[in-house]
Amino acid sequence: MLNKYPMWKNVMVICIIAVGFFYAIPNLYSEDYAVQVVGTRGAEVTVATQSAVNDVLTSKNITVKRSELENGQLLVRVMDGDQQLLAKEAIADALGDKYTVALNLAPATPEWLEAMGGSPMKLGLDLRGGVHFLMEVKMGEAVRKMVESKMADFRTDLRGERIRYAGIRESAKGIEIKFRDADNLAKAERFLKSRGNDMVFTDSSSDGNYYLIANLSETYLKQVKEEALQQNITTIRNRVNELGVAEPVVQRQGAERIIVELPGVQDTARAKEILGATASIEFHMVDEKADAAAIASGRISANAKIYDRRQGGQVALYKEVMLSGTHIQGAQPSFDEYSRPQVSINLDSKGGSIFSNVTKDNIGKPMATLFIEYKDNGAKNPDGSIKLERIEEVISVATIQARLGRNFVITGLDHSEAQNLALLLRAGALIAPVVIVEERTIGPSLGAQNIQNGMEAMIWGMAVVLIFMLVYYRAFGLIANLALTANLVMVVGVMSMIPGAVLTLPGIAGMVLTVGMAVDGNVLIYERIREELRNGRSVQQAIHEGYGNAFSTIADANITTFMTALILFAVGTGAVKGFAVTLMIGIATSMFTAIVGTRAIVNAVWGGKRVKKLSI
Amino acid sequence: MFQILSIKGTVNFLRHAVPISILSLILVLGSLASLATKGINWGLDFTGGTVVELEFSKPVNLEVLRAELSSDEMQGVVVQNFGSSRDILIRLPVKADIKSDTQVGYVMEAGNKLDPQVIQKRVEMVGPQIGKELAEQGGLAVLVALICILIYVSFRFEWRLAMGSVVALAHDVIITLGVFSVLQLDFDLTVLAGVLTVVGYSLNDTIVVFDRIRENFLKMRKGGPEEVVNTSITQTMSRTIITTATTLVVVIALFLKGGTMIHGFATALLMGIFVGTFSSIYVASFLAIKLGINREHMLPVEIEKEGADQDPLMP
Repeated sequence: MLNKYPMWKNVMVICIIAVGFFYAIPNLYSEDYAVQVVGTRGAEVTVATQSAVNDVLTSKNITVKRSELENGQLLVRVMDGDQQLLAKEAIADALGDKYTVALNLAPATPEWLEAMGGSPMKLGLDLRGGVHFLMEVKMGEAVRKMVESKMADFRTDLRGERIRYAGIRESAKGIEIKFRDADNLAKAERFLKSRGNDMVFTDSSSDGNYYLIANLSETYLKQVKEEALQQNITTIRNRVNELGVAEPVVQRQGAERIIVELPGVQDTARAKEILGATASIEFHMVDEKADAAAIASGRISANAKIYDRRQGGQVALYKEVMLSGTHIQGAQPSFDEYSRPQVSINLDSKGGSIFSNVTKDNIGKPMATLFIEYKDNGAKNPDGSIKLERIEEVISVATIQARLGRNFVITGLDHSEAQNLALLLRAGALIAPVVIVEERTIGPSLGAQNIQNGMEAMIWGMAVVLIFMLVYYRAFGLIANLALTANLVMVVGVMSMIPGAVLTLPGIAGMVLTVGMAVDGNVLIYERIREELRNGRSVQQAIHEGYGNAFSTIADANITTFMTALILFAVGTGAVKGFAVTLMIGIATSMFTAIVGTRAIVNAVWGGKRVKKLSI
Repeated sequence: MFQILSIKGTVNFLRHAVPISILSLILVLGSLASLATKGINWGLDFTGGTVVELEFSKPVNLEVLRAELSSDEMQGVVVQNFGSSRDILIRLPVKADIKSDTQVGYVMEAGNKLDPQVIQKRVEMVGPQIGKELAEQGGLAVLVALICILIYVSFRFEWRLAMGSVVALAHDVIITLGVFSVLQLDFDLTVLAGVLTVVGYSLNDTIVVFDRIRENFLKMRKGGPEEVVNTSITQTMSRTIITTATTLVVVIALFLKGGTMIHGFATALLMGIFVGTFSSIYVASFLAIKLGINREHMLPVEIEKEGADQDPLMP
């Protein structure tokens, strides 16, 4: 007999819809007031911290709803907003400044649901309020740094190999190494080429002048840029943690851009200052041979460069970087015995061993701390992009008294400078400066209003469509309406299930649009059934033909729409991507509910029976 | 059963094809002319610059606010109402010598002078470089979408139908853009999303008709291509009307209730649904006929089996 679904098919339909409904449930719960604790400056949040926090809150008579420790982050849920503020203060007092304590809102999904992977849809910034930054990494600086370190390498390596060279400098063509004769050039070329393929060497000698030009190879250049981006992402993530924002987003976009989203943050100025500031320090040895007269006349060794001192005056430092800021693990502002501000620094193990070697060989010699900062002073490059000014300043010169290890101090700063430097160093130095190329701030009230608008549009649109379908197709209309409702719930369910999916305002528009377009599948099928009935087919045959013939049409039509949504997803950013995601999910679920879902009901009600007339 | 349309027999849609095609052509040329002369009023996403949305506690006189903002630093500033007389949208162009933060600072200062309770609802800043890239990517996206569709439809149907559908889509996109150009509506990223959705929607319609055309070519033994097309359009007419109506209803709901931030998106869709429905009937099918589509093109390709012409080895 026609139009019977086998048991397994019915079970499958029920299962899929049940899963969709199940994962949509978390969206029904509201949010809990919570306090988030993250360890910074080397401190970690552990079970001990958790129990300490619980004890503090109990002693202050604050009821803890739930306390979760996950990914080194502690989330304590409390009853209401008042308690949240009290709890935050109490925790911050008890834990001290090694932890960042921030206010947060946590989804109130019940534990059993959460255990099964249930969580509500994530809301985009346009619905929640907050700041969005798009940052661009200035790759030119990363490359320049690399070229400089390569030049320093060449000097030491050639000297080590006793190959005589006349000079090394940077020119428009690349790093230019000058030799006095062809013999040394050939030796140098052979030696340098044998040392890996980071660099490409070309002999550009012309009568009497012997030059070797070195350039970063294409693959190495790409690697340098990739590393710069990755390192910057890590650094920015650390800095965001310092800000104490709940659920921040830091992700790469393309080859040299980073997206940062800080929900709930309204103070953009401070966020920008912390995120965009690119301060770093480097340690250089002082060129003692360069006296005041030499500095004044600018006649110093090619290996050295003249820098301004913060306290006034100038000093010549060797170009070679003894240690760069990337090895700094921790930094705290403190005071020395004369109450002068200083910054205590501790290094990672690699930095520690480098530093220990350097200082051992140079006891009694002066070493300088060079402070480097990139500032946006409003200047633009010819192509309209922002030009950053590089500011270099020697903040301290100290004689190395003894071999230094992983811990030491920097002096010569005023109080607030010490504070800022410590914060910046702690959060890690940016390997290349970043500039903010796009910034969007959405107020929280606007976010709430956007949600309300979207929901209202959805309710109105949906109501009209449901009523129309019911009146026009009667019993079959009711089935289509069930499918439509199930479809909407499934879109919500799938959106909640996919970790990266974010609901945005255009996303809500996409859902509303899905409501209008999802009936198309049913309309196609029902019109076909009506047509077959008009052509004098029996009821069962009409249903069979209707579904059968409409299938390829629905598939073709939806695949093409899906293709455009996919393209939209590929090129779009932020909110538009959100729209594309909901549209794609909507197409997939609506095909399922319109074709398979309604068929299951139709088969169950009319299939396999003698039916004279259909309510269609 | 009750029906919106009860059509007896076949309606000769193609009888009006020539005058309607001329009308289409005029609309397309008009849109192109407007795009060439007036251009598109590119929104912030594409031009770069800063947008500040303010909510005042009481209605604001735009002239007064404009006067407040008429300093040298603020040249080229656009002040307009956004949804209500208390909500104001201020657009600031990119300036080489002045930072966007400073610009926003001036705006807030002026706003505070008029109403100390003013709320800053939204600030968006887009660098000029990003805007340029987006415009290029957006244009490319529409092109890639059209090419993908051309390939898919050629593969699933036939190249003449593919050409018909792609020309119809280009027609819809151009006219939608034309409307934005003539009315000088803000064209931002959500509008681009709307335009691409129009492509998807209009194609939906076209495919439904084409599917019927293919089916009818195989089913109807008599009758020329015109008759097949007319029959197909007639048969799918009630579906077209119903789906267009339901989609229109939700888009109108979005337009009226969805808030100002998706107005552009809803407008693009509203335009697109009208033009798209009409073009899938007239432009797409008519062009396929003009390109000489006929029954032979629709017959499945017969696969020659190896050895089919030989005598069987075993009797």
